Amino acid sequence: MSERRIPTPSQTVGPFFGYALPFEGGHDAAREQPAVRIEGQLLDGAGEQVPDGLVEMWAGQQFARCRTDAEGLFHFTVVKPARGSAPGIAAPHLDLTIFARGLLRHLVTRMYFPDEEAANASDRVLNLVDAARRHTLIAQSEQGAVLRFDIRLQGEAETVFFAL
Amino acid sequence: MSDSHRDSEPPYLHPDYRSTVRRAPARELVRLPPEWFHELPGPVFGRVPVLPGDADLTRQHEGQPLGERIVVSGRVVDSDGDPVRHTLVEVWQANAAGRYVDPEDGHRAPLDPNFTGAGRCLTDGDGRYRFVTVKPGAYPWRNHENAWRPAHIHFSLFGPSLDSRLVTQMYFPGDPLMPLDPILQSIPDQRGRDLLVAALDLAITEPEWALGYRWDITLRGRNATPREP
Repeated sequence: MSERRIPTPSQTVGPFFGYALPFEGGHDAAREQPAVRIEGQLLDGAGEQVPDGLVEMWAGQQFARCRTDAEGLFHFTVVKPARGSAPGIAAPHLDLTIFARGLLRHLVTRMYFPDEEAANASDRVLNLVDAARRHTLIAQSEQGAVLRFDIRLQGEAETVFFAL
Repeated sequence: MSDSHRDSEPPYLHPDYRSTVRRAPARELVRLPPEWFHELPGPVFGRVPVLPGDADLTRQHEGQPLGERIVVSGRVVDSDGDPVRHTLVEVWQANAAGRYVDPEDGHRAPLDPNFTGAGRCLTDGDGRYRFVTVKPGAYPWRNHENAWRPAHIHFSLFGPSLDSRLVTQMYFPGDPLMPLDPILQSIPDQRGRDLLVAALDLAITEPEWALGYRWDITLRGRNATPREP
């Protein structure tokens, strides 16, 4: 068996990626209707907005990338994934990756849907999470087909992040 | 927070790099069982546009950029050493004067009208990538008194799986600013820091044209299930 190589270490995305990583239409992953719009704010441990963050979302074949704006706001559109058929991996969700100045490694989290209570209750990833913190992974319904999902890097109601 | 399973990775909290203090998660990350990894394919980056000229950062404008022209090339492999084929590599950097095109960059160094400093390519069938660019300059930042970043090129890679996603920085050999840089020094061991330093390589150098640097990249995980990008 060959020796396992040490993975190349991570470094921060820094503050100056805004002209390089975003691409035309990058926030819009939905190729069909009906699409859901996700809006959220990236916040630091003092509750202040993170204006130099990058959020990537993927779900199946859908991929979106959105830079946060001066208020730390990000948004993207996506077609809600279908419920899975296997037990325990039933709940529809979006995978999210967060990059920012000050994050030496990126963070991985998930967004679940608020109208999937039964599926969420049996989801094996959600069930790995402290019941008191699960709400940080579930979006909130807003008017129209808009969901709100804030990401708190630190502090009260810190979002649950996953290690792989 | 325990990061011991990821030796050579920087911690989230590294107070010498001031911005980590309010942005590092304070709670333990929730660990997913390793056997679930193969059920979690990585992002499909096919929507990110990659044009044939995107790998040559010296030909994106009418004239040639100022600075030392260089070729940066290497192989992207997984932790078994197998090539990661046809994966997206994105780079961005300061110009030769140490200034980014990004409007957020307030450094009082000149912009170069012939240099944007952003490029993309896909690795070939052997996992190789190649960029032509100019050597970026060092620049000051306000992390601490008289703080200067060593010259570096930012890299972003996807790879095949959820945990192979990588954003990092490549440094240049012999740069005396490296030992003083809290971002590079956040990596706890010398072996890990060395992995971020390119090597001058005469096989990549183009005589009478451009110095060549070799920088190989190892992505986390195994390329066990080849998938289309």
